[in-house]
Amino acid sequence: MSDFPSRAHTSLKNAQMRRNVRKAVTTIRTKTGRVIAERADWQQLRDAGSAIKTEALGSLDTLLIQLEERIQAAGGVVHWARDAAEARQIIVGLVQATDSPTVIKIKSMTTDEIELNPALEAAGIRPIETDLADMIVQLANEKPSHLLVPAIHKNRAEIRSLFQAEMSRPELTDNPRDLTDAARTYLRDHFTHTRVAISGANFAVAETGAVGVVESEGNGRMCLTLPDTLISIMGIEKVLPRWQDLEVFLQLLPRAATGERMNPYNSIWTGVTPGDGPTAFHLVLLDNGRTRILADQIARQTLHCIRCSRCLNVCPVYERAGGHAYDSMYQGPIGAVLTPQLRGLAEAGSPAFASSLCGACHEACPVQIDIPRILVHLRGAAVEASRATLGGKLSAETLAMASAARIFGNAAMFGFTQDAAGLLGAMVQQDGLLPRLPGLGAWSLSRELPAPARQSFRAWWKQRKPQA
Amino acid sequence: MNAREEILARIRASSGPPSPAPARDYQHADALSPGETLSKFAGRITDYGVLVTEVANETAVADAVREICAARGIGHLVTSPDCPGPWQPQDVMITTDRGLSIEALAAIPAALTGAACAIAETGTVILDGGFAQGRRAISLLADFHLCVVFAAQIVECVPAAIAQMAPAARAGRPFTFISGPSATADIEFDRVQGVHGPRQLDVIIVRTGAASAPRS
Ligand code: SF4
Repeated sequence: MSDFPSRAHTSLKNAQMRRNVRKAVTTIRTKTGRVIAERADWQQLRDAGSAIKTEALGSLDTLLIQLEERIQAAGGVVHWARDAAEARQIIVGLVQATDSPTVIKIKSMTTDEIELNPALEAAGIRPIETDLADMIVQLANEKPSHLLVPAIHKNRAEIRSLFQAEMSRPELTDNPRDLTDAARTYLRDHFTHTRVAISGANFAVAETGAVGVVESEGNGRMCLTLPDTLISIMGIEKVLPRWQDLEVFLQLLPRAATGERMNPYNSIWTGVTPGDGPTAFHLVLLDNGRTRILADQIARQTLHCIRCSRCLNVCPVYERAGGHAYDSMYQGPIGAVLTPQLRGLAEAGSPAFASSLCGACHEACPVQIDIPRILVHLRGAAVEASRATLGGKLSAETLAMASAARIFGNAAMFGFTQDAAGLLGAMVQQDGLLPRLPGLGAWSLSRELPAPARQSFRAWWKQRKPQA
Repeated sequence: MNAREEILARIRASSGPPSPAPARDYQHADALSPGETLSKFAGRITDYGVLVTEVANETAVADAVREICAARGIGHLVTSPDCPGPWQPQDVMITTDRGLSIEALAAIPAALTGAACAIAETGTVILDGGFAQGRRAISLLADFHLCVVFAAQIVECVPAAIAQMAPAARAGRPFTFISGPSATADIEFDRVQGVHGPRQLDVIIVRTGAASAPRS
């Protein structure tokens, strides 16, 4: 079966991957913690960040129309895509019109979301990922395991073997400097010769028509500047009302994401500029389930997310299960709420149970998304749905919680006590004592799960171990 | 209904009441003196591994450029067509970008540009394609980027810079915010400098004068 518990089970057996992930998230947490502590006005920035997102979602139609007008006035073209298939069709068509056999890509989770690369390949177009981590994942024929560091599951030795084989460079060492240089050499020709680029976007500004990409390596600048045609795809929720709003997000994002005061490069452009950069610019505005999320008054704050990945880095479940367990380009706590909403609870509901509701994500989020509250809300909906279809059978979400228990089984005496309360709650729920989950208030159970209960939980788990 | 109309209709059917403009209780205005701002900027970019050279006025820029070129073994610079004469040393080969091909640009090891603005708090220089900056590719393909910043262009905080850039934003100018050389942390979150953009950024701070001042 392919749901969160079975995937997490696989990940848990991969000790190397767990070490890699733990090492990386520990480093990121230290760095982000340090630069966030530097800003005395961090809380005020978070307040403003979430207020601006609330405001933007409240007048999304007006803002998108304004953005479209501004971009068109600056020589760009705006396209609208209701779903992934429509977005793929638009982008593949635009690339075909240029006759370019290849496209260079700058990291875009949105292009992963719409599964663009297989569609390009099917049309005979070769997509080349240019972000170092995406390139690693693409060469290894794997899936990203972290929003921001997609190859977080691989260590230097593994990357070295991959590059040695894929680039025919047997002399490479496992020094990150050497590996990075190898990537620079490998991609340089693609940057200077490829005539079409595809990018995501971190934000757009309705007031001026600006679109922005935040990055570190310079591959973004290459893609955004050197080709003749630039195609950017952006979820409709990324639009900000005014230029001034950048002053908030350009402070929140780098500090929360990579732990830098500012990431090395931000590119911000408006349509096309004669004599500087691409001569054709297309922006594809993607819905693909976002308006459905918008319609849910509790879940709509999911759309505030600026994809900083801080919630992943502080999440005990992510740290243990790894990103692949979420089977999505959106992993960790935000993935657990976003993926089921984008794909539908029936198809992808199990990640919504892959959390212990410990609250670390809410506390860490630079735009204060109350992920635990949304999870509880979605679980309620998923339980309703599965009860309707599976009757008394053991359902995926129960197994997911059981899997979460295995993850925490390694932490001494349930170090995460609130998680234990969450698990207890889940069992109660499985027993049908709580037909609906009323909200976080219900989780204020005992802060410590008594030892006997833990024993009996394990016994219970053994009996019900699913067929792998 | 076409996609545009349908998405807009879905949004209209789901939107809540419009919310008020957000409160902005974070720091907006610069609090430091010009001297403090300058030294904060110099400190922050030094943190990124940037070599900082301070000169008293614009006439000393060419000498500073020459010294950096000598130290880094740079024999060839590319500049924008409006690069001021006093920035250009006599004994370094200089090519002016008048629509050079990408290949020609990529073959030149270093670029010399000005900046539109700089942020002390984050150690950022902002290019907007304005005076002495040229097009974006100039400072991208070179291995070394030498950037001339006037002390008067440095603001303390991000909001001050965004406010200062607003007219250029309304004019649709393309911006590049640069905070140190290109870098990656994609391998075990170990920071490596110099990926696809310049491997090295050197900043020359001019203590007096302004980027737009008439020059001799
Ligand atoms: S939910 Fe918050 S913490 Fe998580 S990625 Fe989005 S903005 Fe960052």
